[in-house]
Amino acid sequence: MLEVIQDNWDLLRHGFVGTLKLTVVCGIVSLLLGTLIAACRVSPVPPLRWFGTAYVNLFRNTPLTLIFFAVALGFPKLRFNLSYFEFAVIALSTYTAAFICEAIRSGINTVPIGQAEAARSLGMSFTQSLSQIVLPQAGRAAVPPIGSLLIAMVRNSAIASAFNVTELMGTSAEMVENGYKSLWVLLWIAVGYLIITLSMSAALAALEKKLAVVR
Amino acid sequence: MTTDASDTTPKPPVLTKSEVGKDAVHPGAPLVVLENVNKHFGALHVLQDIDLTIHKGEVVVVIGPSGSGKSTLCRTINRLEAIDGGRITIDGALLPQEGRELARLRSDVGMVFQSFNLFAHKTVLQNVTLGPLKVRREKADVVTRRAHELLDRVGVGSQADKYPAQLSGGQQQRVAIARALAMEPKVMLFDEPTSALDPEMINEVLEVMRDLAREGMTMVVVTHEMGFARSAANRVIFMADGRIVEENTPEEFFSNPRSDRARDFLSKILHH
Repeated sequence: MLEVIQDNWDLLRHGFVGTLKLTVVCGIVSLLLGTLIAACRVSPVPPLRWFGTAYVNLFRNTPLTLIFFAVALGFPKLRFNLSYFEFAVIALSTYTAAFICEAIRSGINTVPIGQAEAARSLGMSFTQSLSQIVLPQAGRAAVPPIGSLLIAMVRNSAIASAFNVTELMGTSAEMVENGYKSLWVLLWIAVGYLIITLSMSAALAALEKKLAVVR
Repeated sequence: MTTDASDTTPKPPVLTKSEVGKDAVHPGAPLVVLENVNKHFGALHVLQDIDLTIHKGEVVVVIGPSGSGKSTLCRTINRLEAIDGGRITIDGALLPQEGRELARLRSDVGMVFQSFNLFAHKTVLQNVTLGPLKVRREKADVVTRRAHELLDRVGVGSQADKYPAQLSGGQQQRVAIARALAMEPKVMLFDEPTSALDPEMINEVLEVMRDLAREGMTMVVVTHEMGFARSAANRVIFMADGRIVEENTPEEFFSNPRSDRARDFLSKILHH
């Protein structure tokens, strides 16, 4: 059991770092993109609202593997020649952002309408009232669902191994091929994922506490 | 009948209008003008052919039974409610569509809500400084000094670093008034400012509003506080079923309501 980790330390470490990199980059990109699309969905400008709704409906309802294929096969056709890692980031982030958008929107819905009205009454623009008043108060309610979505994103990142990206799940095949018992291999890989997801949960729980707004 | 020989308008002695120095106020130029304003909520025709002119320095109190459209009327003036027909001008400028121009116009119109709507994640001081800082882009030290002065003026100077939830309702509403005043508005709109308050806190808010009226602020006040209407208003607007039914000085309105609707309303609220 322990020899799996002793003999394959470098391989496992590479995989772990790969998954961690995907987690951090995709996490940041999908949070930013999700917030932007949520802003579109609550915007007073109808075309932006339509775009937001269309985006969510398209990416939330398409299997992630299909999005990976579309990016990895489609982008080179359009002469966007990026690395496999960048393809994975694009596919995973656009997909996760659709869900993040909806989580943020549900957070926005918990902020009393009077807060935005007061902001508008002071003469704030839509962007100002959203960024100064509404989003800071929406955060708290949005953090728990966003936590679940980011954890799902970490697990979904395993699909990237099928697209030549070095990440944790992908290392299992190599170790099993080299004759290690798949049970122990998969156990250590699970531990790797748990380290990432559990520390992320802890960070989000702290954030949730920090964002508490007393009414 | 007149109590003062130099006063040419007959005035019943029971009224205490001279207390707030209203006699000295002469209506200035038109500031807020509503012409033929109509508004529907679905099938409900909530504002019907409203014509109303509010002059500089005037205090107009809007009263009426619930559902009469008085809050909606108040909210159309800074376009928190868009109207379906007619026109509204503020200081000569037509209320534009949602956008930068409307935001600029709104910054000149102070609004005080029934539910205070203080920004829950900001301190009292930040609530007051946010508008001047973000909307007017004024200097921080100037704004902070003015905010402290305003908070002192409404009697909550010592609460500047607390969060809204730590204040009583009356204190919160006074902060909300200070927040609106920080923008140095041309006109203040009050949408039932005391309706969500415990009875013992109503007066502290009304007192701040009376001071404001005395200083010549142009005010539109939707309220159920008849005492305030009597003592501080230049004009009382009585609304029912989406129409302005009656419009008069408070003396005349309360002692001699002309319409049956107003008589009925007053008999219900004044004698119990």
